[in-house]
Amino acid sequence: MPAVVEVAFFAGAIGALGGAIAVIALRNPFYSVLALVVHLVSLAGLFLILYAQFVAAAQIVVYAGAVMVLYVFVAAYVGGAEEPLWEPIPGQRLIAPLLAAALFVELSIAVLGTGLQAIGTDGPTLGEDFGTPARIGELLLERFLIPFEAASLLLLMAAVGAIVLAGRRREASRGG
Amino acid sequence: MAVEWYLVLSALLFATGAAGVLIRRSPLVILLCLELMLNAGNLALLAFSRSTGNEDGQVFALVVMVVAACEVVVGLGLIVAMYRRRLPLNVDDMRELRG
Repeated sequence: MPAVVEVAFFAGAIGALGGAIAVIALRNPFYSVLALVVHLVSLAGLFLILYAQFVAAAQIVVYAGAVMVLYVFVAAYVGGAEEPLWEPIPGQRLIAPLLAAALFVELSIAVLGTGLQAIGTDGPTLGEDFGTPARIGELLLERFLIPFEAASLLLLMAAVGAIVLAGRRREASRGG
Repeated sequence: MAVEWYLVLSALLFATGAAGVLIRRSPLVILLCLELMLNAGNLALLAFSRSTGNEDGQVFALVVMVVAACEVVVGLGLIVAMYRRRLPLNVDDMRELRG
């Protein structure tokens, strides 16, 4: 059983990392969006290994489904404009990966250097219903009711904001 | 799998997303790179949730997904508004608000 988990972890990790690198390396925004879908599906597999079934399902349905469709629409609407090779900051393409590598080293030192109890172990054995929709729903409606309602209010505000930002203004279209 | 594998993978994905934000200049791709960073955070949250045997981290990951969806909606609305006004879709050309 552990061998299966390890193979699944490395397959998911390679998919997630390859998708992430493809997102930042491909020059056409449309292909970047498709690479992000690969990344998100691989991550959903990793979430399943971590016993987060509900989060994995939400990741597939909400992220890889709905949000990515929105991205594809906008990428098609705006058009796949390739970025110019002109660099406003000299050496940006050299310095940025160095900064990112430094960030990775720093994060790894911070995470692995702490005296966390669970480091080096597989974690406790979990019950059958860990991470099931029933348990998550109970938590959302009992212990985390106020964050849940705040999140729904935030979604409503974002929807109104998007309409205000992107909606066609009557006066402007009549004038032009 | 021990939890540090997930944490190192999460750090690697976060650094990749940060590199993308620094390198790319199309606002659409910068939004995609922000998604990469948020998902790296989600992976770390779920790994900690697994290692402590507590589901609070999973609820937190769901809230992060809600925030990411809001960010996408507002960001894509801004991009569409920029496109409608014939503004260049390049963050380096959009620096009029810079102090």
